[in-house]
Parts: sequence; structure tokens; C-alpha cells
Amino acid sequence: MQSASTDIATRAIGIINQLKDEEGPLLPILHDLQGEFGYVPQEALPLIAQALNISRAEVHGVVTFYHDYRDHPAGRHVLKLCRAEACQSMGGDAMAQKARELLGIDWHGTTSDGAVTLEPVYCLGLCACAPAAMLDGEVIGRLDAEKLEEIATEVRL
Amino acid sequence: MSLIHEIDFGTPASKSEKMISLTIDGNEVTVPEGTSLMRAAMEAGIQVPKLCATDMVDAFGSCRLCLIEIEGRNGTPASCTTPAMQGLVVHTQTQRLKDIRKGVMELYISDHPLDCLTCAANGDCELQDMAGAVGLRDVRYGYEGDNHVFAKSKNDNVANDRWMPKDESNPYFTYDPAKCIVCSRCVRACEEVQGTFALTIEGRGFSSRVSPGMHEHFIDSECVSCGACVQACPTATLTEKSVIQIGQPEHSKVTTCAYCGVGCSFKAEMRGEELVRMVPYKDGKANRGHSCVKGRFAYGYSTHKDRILNPMIREKVSDPWREVTWEEAYKHVASEFRRIQYQYGRNSIGGITSSRCTNEETYLVQKLVRAGFGNNNVDTCARVCHSPTGYGLNKTFGTSAGTQDFDSVEHTDVVIVIGANPTDGHPVFASRLKKRLRQGAKLIVIDPRRIDLVRSPHIKAAHHLPLRPGTNVAVVTSLSHVIVTEGLFNEKFIRERCDWDEFQDWAAFVSMPEHSPEAIEQLTGVPPQALREAARLFATGGNGAIYYGLGVTEHSQGSTTVMAIANLAMATGNIGRKGVGVNPLRGQNNVQGSCDMGSFPHELPGYRHVSDDTTRDIFDKLWGVKLQNEPGLRIPNMLDAAVDGTFKGIYIQGEDILQSDPDTKHVAAGLAAMECVVVQDLFLNETANYAHVFLPGSTFLEKDGTFTNAERRINRVRKVMSPLNGYADWEVTQTLAQAMGLNWNYTHPSQIMDEVALTTPSFAGVSYDLLEKEGSVQWPCNEKAPLGTPIMHIDSFARGKGKFVRTEYVATDERTGPRFPLLLTTGRILSQYNVGAQTRRTDNVMWHEEDRLEIHAHDAELRGIRDGDWVKISSRSGETTLRALITDRVSPGVVYTTFHHPTTQANVITTDFTDWATNCPEYKVTAVQVGASNGPSDWQIEYDEQARKSRRIVQTLDAAE
Repeated sequence: MQSASTDIATRAIGIINQLKDEEGPLLPILHDLQGEFGYVPQEALPLIAQALNISRAEVHGVVTFYHDYRDHPAGRHVLKLCRAEACQSMGGDAMAQKARELLGIDWHGTTSDGAVTLEPVYCLGLCACAPAAMLDGEVIGRLDAEKLEEIATEVRL
Repeated sequence: MSLIHEIDFGTPASKSEKMISLTIDGNEVTVPEGTSLMRAAMEAGIQVPKLCATDMVDAFGSCRLCLIEIEGRNGTPASCTTPAMQGLVVHTQTQRLKDIRKGVMELYISDHPLDCLTCAANGDCELQDMAGAVGLRDVRYGYEGDNHVFAKSKNDNVANDRWMPKDESNPYFTYDPAKCIVCSRCVRACEEVQGTFALTIEGRGFSSRVSPGMHEHFIDSECVSCGACVQACPTATLTEKSVIQIGQPEHSKVTTCAYCGVGCSFKAEMRGEELVRMVPYKDGKANRGHSCVKGRFAYGYSTHKDRILNPMIREKVSDPWREVTWEEAYKHVASEFRRIQYQYGRNSIGGITSSRCTNEETYLVQKLVRAGFGNNNVDTCARVCHSPTGYGLNKTFGTSAGTQDFDSVEHTDVVIVIGANPTDGHPVFASRLKKRLRQGAKLIVIDPRRIDLVRSPHIKAAHHLPLRPGTNVAVVTSLSHVIVTEGLFNEKFIRERCDWDEFQDWAAFVSMPEHSPEAIEQLTGVPPQALREAARLFATGGNGAIYYGLGVTEHSQGSTTVMAIANLAMATGNIGRKGVGVNPLRGQNNVQGSCDMGSFPHELPGYRHVSDDTTRDIFDKLWGVKLQNEPGLRIPNMLDAAVDGTFKGIYIQGEDILQSDPDTKHVAAGLAAMECVVVQDLFLNETANYAHVFLPGSTFLEKDGTFTNAERRINRVRKVMSPLNGYADWEVTQTLAQAMGLNWNYTHPSQIMDEVALTTPSFAGVSYDLLEKEGSVQWPCNEKAPLGTPIMHIDSFARGKGKFVRTEYVATDERTGPRFPLLLTTGRILSQYNVGAQTRRTDNVMWHEEDRLEIHAHDAELRGIRDGDWVKISSRSGETTLRALITDRVSPGVVYTTFHHPTTQANVITTDFTDWATNCPEYKVTAVQVGASNGPSDWQIEYDEQARKSRRIVQTLDAAE
């Protein structure tokens, strides 16, 4: 039986090999790794460095620069609330407070049942429909308390 | 005496030849096109405030402190990233700029500790300087907000998760994240200057931090401890531990590193007689402000407790040492040497000069042998490394030295590295090469082992030809075969510069089908297609340069390979201009110099044969003696003669022949057969186990003199502290000569150099005055080239026409067979130097505490060896044990180790086969067998016991005099 980390390595190498010859392959590789594992496994970074002939440090620098790359798995759902200026001016603060109360977690936290992870995001490009949110990649405009409650129930199903 | 302050121009110099003029703060400035406004201002003596800019790395434009205003343009652009243009009118100090700068500084300081008085960088902190320069008086944001400074919040005593503890894992410097201003200078230095890419900025925004590797400790990261980041850091974030311990230096002198043949210039920064740190010197023409872990940090051996400070004598090598006065030691050596000569003849004694010592010291030792001993029995460690270079290049080009300066690499398009591992052996050159490779130059590596240059971050060899050890001649000749048969040779160059008939003869020779890549594959193991493509690339890729090391010379056909390399360079027209040439990477700091100074038994200073009457005449007259016209004994001959009973006494300055020379048992037998072995060294080295007299040596920090590096550059070595042993090595040799009745009265090494200049045409123009003025010069330096010669053979070869020499491949007698099926080759590692006498006495051992045997997994599996197992390695000569390291860097059938540690004694295994022309030992090929082992071999145990006994010292003198 393969250990968990050799399994990760094997799957990661598959992804890396598929993409390494494309132009600017680092971000696509990281995207696909996150798609495959739900996060970017730390043990995959030296493999990327080796394959792309760059240093471990460089890969680490890129991965940590982007908030979207996780170093551990998220909950089954990911709820992102916009915390940028336009949404704040349209009651975003209250939504943020409400969401944290409803889910019983703080930013970047995951509910103890693993259902949902709550994250702040700085502008979804949906300022006209502020306050905005994003649930599992789908944007939600004109967020209000009711919608939040719906979401909170839905993600726990 | 004061501290040498180098000007930081902020951004690198522009190489453009077009000049432009502009006005900065009312001053007219003329600079090359492409110069930044920051640099242009500094040229005019105007320092624009800056934090993220330094002239070792490209402009970055992140600190927002160096803003300026340009008349007719909007905004306040950064002066580091804005190029100077014709006619610009620039202002560096306006009210608007002052306000912006003050605001920026306030932000910096609001997240920086205010412990200046107790900070190690106090007095050497650019942040402090800039706070002063911009007139910072207050920080409106306070110091209590979000920060990286305090471990716990001052308000509620809760842990501050932005705070990171100091990383003290590197033995030489610390990383204190609390003091970091995230200017990225360290990251850029690591990338642009050193080329390792070990550092990055992790996170973003206020969370940005410098991270070695993947948020690792420095020691665990890819960091090679070159010190470029420490030098680049404007604050105390990266600081030498020695500065933390001692404090800021108060004076400095420029001197030359005593490690490898690159010959880096350093500022030795001192407090009194205490060395605080070594900082690479930007005006150093070999290193251009860069360094490696050895030169930068590994100087602790100079004050190590193992240094022997009093002369010692013993009757028999089994006796303990007895400390004596210098007078007694000199008297003893003089009378012993005279007794031996009286008893066994004039030729029964000799000397070995050191490639570690200065030119002046080397000159004196050979003078002592020639004028004092009255024979030519003088040799040097170059015998065992680059003697084939001297022979081969002299035959083909007419000078025994490399053709280029190190700057030349900046103009090269295709590089062949053969039998050298620059990232470990010549790290500063490797960094310069890697920089050029990142700019697009192509690389061909010819080496049995996959060295780091073959593939490491951001560089990749176009071709790696992993040849079987011992087949260099076949491979290089085959490269020429492809070039000649495919018509890729440079006919114009050859017709103008070389002997055309000789070329045709050689061309016919290399064209023979048995030299084709296909035909030699069986011997060399190199895929023919790769070899063909490499040859085409070298012939057609633009400026082609060849760099080689001991992997070329230390073979039974070392001289032949050197000539094959010279042939290849001539055939492709790659001689006599920037970016090309044949470049031996010299192993030791002054191996070039020791050869220049007449250390060989057949050559007087300047490579003039002892049989040449005119040359001898010069010395006969000056020294008032009659020199012998027959060459003397080489090192191996001395040892053979000792075993035969005809050679009885030797004066060895600064070389550990027992550890560094091949076939240790034979060396030991030779030394044991002598009646007076005099060793002059810093430490009781391995050779001293067989010595009767020990004369304490001095380090490069303790004397004046010169070293000559691989590019023929004569660099000054300057005394920064008094010799712990009381005398510089040249003084010891001089007093010994006086004791033997010679009338020598040098009072300063400059007088010795004057004598060299007087007697040696290629040094005729060299003097300490000139070196003081120019910093350094490359020989030949004489009437024709008063400021030296960076590139040789520009219009014609030193010998007139370049000579093509047929290079027939003859397999070495050292062959694999059923008993010894593997080929052992040897090399070096970055953190250690040569026999390790110095580096093993520094914290560099953290990186390499023992020699390991690299073996391919296939060979290891056959023998049931696992990674880290103790293995026995045996050859026809002997056996030793060490631990295995399983790797695919070596091919199956090849094993590799280093020779830095005396306990391993890799040279117990190496054989006594040597280069046919020069007797340079064949270190790089030994047929061996490897098998499992339980621990040290009998020889190792026996040797350890003997070494322990022979190092006993009976204290007879009180404290050092």
C-alpha cells in the first residue's frame, strides 16, 4: 500500500508533467493541484521546483502571494464575502458580522462539521450589486440577512 | 588607517558607449546612455536618499524614497528606475520631495524597532542614515500598532503572530525578521549576483517576509552562504555574527583571498588586530564585489587553537615534539642539511614551494634551493594539479597560462566546461558564468558526473557529455573531428594565426574515422549525436570559451587533453579577443604564481628552462652563484629517490603532500626514509607526522605580498595583523637562508618583487607602486604592456604561430577488471577547501563533516549497499572506508568522493600513474571495488594511531616568545 504522501506525489507529478512545457506553467499547475486536492500540498512544491528548474523558494513565494492557494483543505463549501469599499458602503460590515455569527466562525475558519469555510475577499467586481458574496465560485449580489440565513442552512445540509 | 567606504551608485553601471548630458540640481552631468538618474546623480556627488537600491543589483523601485522631479514632466518618478536622458533637468531636493520622503520614512519606522543603541548595525545602517537624511523627527503613526517588532502586543500581552524569532541557524550570520524592511535587496542579490535563488518574499502586503527556501531555516534552505544577502542588507536584519559579537570595524585594508584560484579581493575589516569581517571588494577585478562561503566567512582557522606557534624539533619521528627557539631551529636545519649534503652529495636535499604562499615567498624558497642548496630539486604542488596546463599551453600557444580575464565571461556565447565543477571549486566564477548563462549564453558540460551547472535553477546545459573517466582526449579530439569533417573550422583565423601545414596534418589526423563520435562511443560512453550537436554548437554559436579544471589535467594524458583543448580553440578561431579563450581554473590561490616564480625543477622564474645559458647567467650574476643547468627532481622523483636512499632532506613550505599527493603509502615511505624533513605550516598537518623539524607558518592575514590568480592577475596581499608565530613565511625562509650562509637582506616583500621584475621579462613592469596605483595587473607586464595584459595572443601567439598538435588517445594503464570493476574519480565540495586544513577548522564543517562516496543506485544494489552505510573502497594501492551516498549524479560504473578529510585518506587508493609529460598524478581515474564494511580499515586505524603519537608535544618553552 502506498503511503499518503507518495500518493500525493504521484498525483502531483502527473499534473506537473502535463503542464510543465506550457508557457508560464507555474500558475496553471498550482490551479490544477488545488483542483485535484482542494489545496496545494506542501510536498508538491519541491516537485514543481525540480520540474520547472526553479528554486523551492520561488515556488513558495508565488504560492504564498496568492490568497486563493490554500495550504490545507477547506470545508465542503467556501463562502467569500466582499470586504472592499463599495460593499462596505452598502452594509457589508453588517453582513460580515452576521455571517460570522450564523456560522460561529471567524475569517478563514471552517465550521467544526467541515461544512463551510468563511473568507474575506477584496472586490468581486460586482460593486453595482453590493454587498456581494461568492459561494463555491458562484457570485451572489445584493446580499441581505435573509439570503445569508438561507446560505447558512443550505451549506449545512 | 580608516574604514574603506565604497561608493554605492545605487544601480549598476551602463555599458553603453554613447554619452548623454543632463542637469541635476544645477550640475551638468555626462553619463553613458542607460544610466539611471540615481547613478547619474551619484556620479555628480549628489546622493539621492534610497533604501531598496544598491549597485550590485538591478533597480527595483520599491522603497519610494529616491523620488525626484523632472522639469516638464508630471509626478515624482523613482530615480533608480528612470533612465537619464539628454537635456533633462532634474531636482532631487524640493519641498514636495521632502514631504513625500518624510512620510515614507515615518511608515518604515512605525514598524521598526527603535533599539539603535544596542543594534549590531549601529553605525552601518542605511535605514538610520536615511532617517537622518530626510530629517525624520516624529512618527505620527506611533509604534504600538500592527507590527513585526514585538513578540507580544504591548497592550494586552497577547502573542503577536506577525512576529518571527531570529534565525541563527547559519554559523556565520543571523536573520532577524523584526528588523526587516522588505526592500528585497537580499532576494535580488541571491538571484542576480549569486544565482542560487534561495530567497524569496513570502506572502504579500503587510505580511511580506523574506523567506529562505519554503519558510525554512537558512541552514536547511538552498542557501550556499555566499554572504551576498548579508552584504546587500541595509539594516541589521542579516548581520554577520562576528559583527554582533565584536562590534563595528574601525579600519580596513584591501587584500586577496587565500582560497581558490579566482583570487577575490576583500576588504579585511578590523578592530585593532582583530578581524571583524571580510567584505568582498567591488573594485576587485576578479570577483567584482562577490564572494563565497570560504573567502567571506571561513577565516577562523587563522586564530584556531591548533595553530603551532613555536618551532619544534625531534630526533626521530616516533619521538614527541620538543619546542625550541627559532635560533635553535634554524641552526639545526642548516647543520642537518649541510651534513646530509656532505654525506650524500649536493643533490640529496630539495624543497617544495607552496601554492598557498605569496609569490615573494615562493620565489625565496626556489632561490634557497637553487642558490643555497646548489641544485634544482625544487617543485611545487602544481605538480599534482596544473603542471599539464603549463606544458600544454606552452607547447601550443607559447605561454603557460590562461588566455583571458574573468570579465571575459560577460562576452561569451558558448561555454565548454570540462573537468571542472565551478559552483563548488570556483564559486565566484561560477556565479559570474551563471549570470551570463541566464542572459542566454549556451553551456556544454563534459564531465563524468552531473555537476550542478548541468541543471540548477534557471540554468541548464545545452549538452552534458557524461564521459567515462580517463577518456577526455578521445572526446575532445572527436569534437574537433566533427568540426573539421563538417567544415566548421575557421579557415581565416587558422591561415592568419597558425601554421597552416601543421593544421592540415592535424586536420587529417582528427578526420580519421576512428576519431568520429560513433567510433569512440564504446570507449567514452558519450552518445554520438549529443557529441556532434555539442561540436556544432561550439563551432557556430558565436564567442566560444573553454574553462577547464583538474578533471582535465590529473590524468595520464593530462597534457594531451590540454593540447586538444588548445587545438579546438584555435580551429574555431576562439583566441585573442573578449569572450573566448582557453581558461584553466586554477585550484589554489597562488598556483599560477608559484609556477611563474620558477618553482619547477626545470624552469627558472618566467618559465625559462634551466638549460638556457642567458637566463642562468642573469641569476648567476645577481646571486653570485653558478646554477646547475640540468633539471632537478620532481616531487615523485624525490620520493622515489628517498626510498632508494639517495634523497635525504626536504624543506616543505605550506603543502601537505602526504594527504594531497597520490598513493599515500608511497609518500609515507619516501618521507620516512629521509633524515631531515622540515615542514613549515600553520598546523601539524599530515606530512608533519613524518617531519623532524616544524617551523610555524603565518596566514595570509599576517603578511604582505602578492598572489597571482587564474587570470594571471597579480593581486596585493596586505598584512592586517601581526603574525601569531612571530614571523611571516618569507622572513623564516630568509633567516634559514642566512643560517645556511646566504647573504640575504630583504626588509620588505616589495624588494623581492623588485628582484623578480629585474630578472623576469614578463614581470619587468611589476612593482608594489604600480599595484598600489592600479589595484592589480595581469602579466605580462612590461614595456610593451605597461598596465598588464588582460587578454593574451590578440594579434599573434606568444610563440608566433599557433601550433596544432596531434592528440592520440592512449587508454590509461589503470583499467577496470573483475577485481576492480568501478572507476573512482575525485573532486571537491563548496564548503571545504583542498585537504581541508583550514576549512575543517571553521564552522564550514556544518555543511560537510565527512567525505562520502557517491555511488549509483544500480552499483549499490548489486553490492547490497544502502544510503549512509559504511563501505570499504579498495584499489591496487590500498583501501579505506567511508560512508556511501546513493545518487544518480554519477553513472553506473563510476564512483566519486572528495578528499577534504584526513580520516578518509582518499589518496590511499589513488595510484602512482601520472601524466606522461609532467608527472601530474592521475587522481581522476582509479579502478576500485566497493563493498560493505563495518568501520575503518586497518590502515586508517594504524594511521590514526601513528598520527596521534607523532603529534605529541613536550612543552619546553614557556609562553610564546
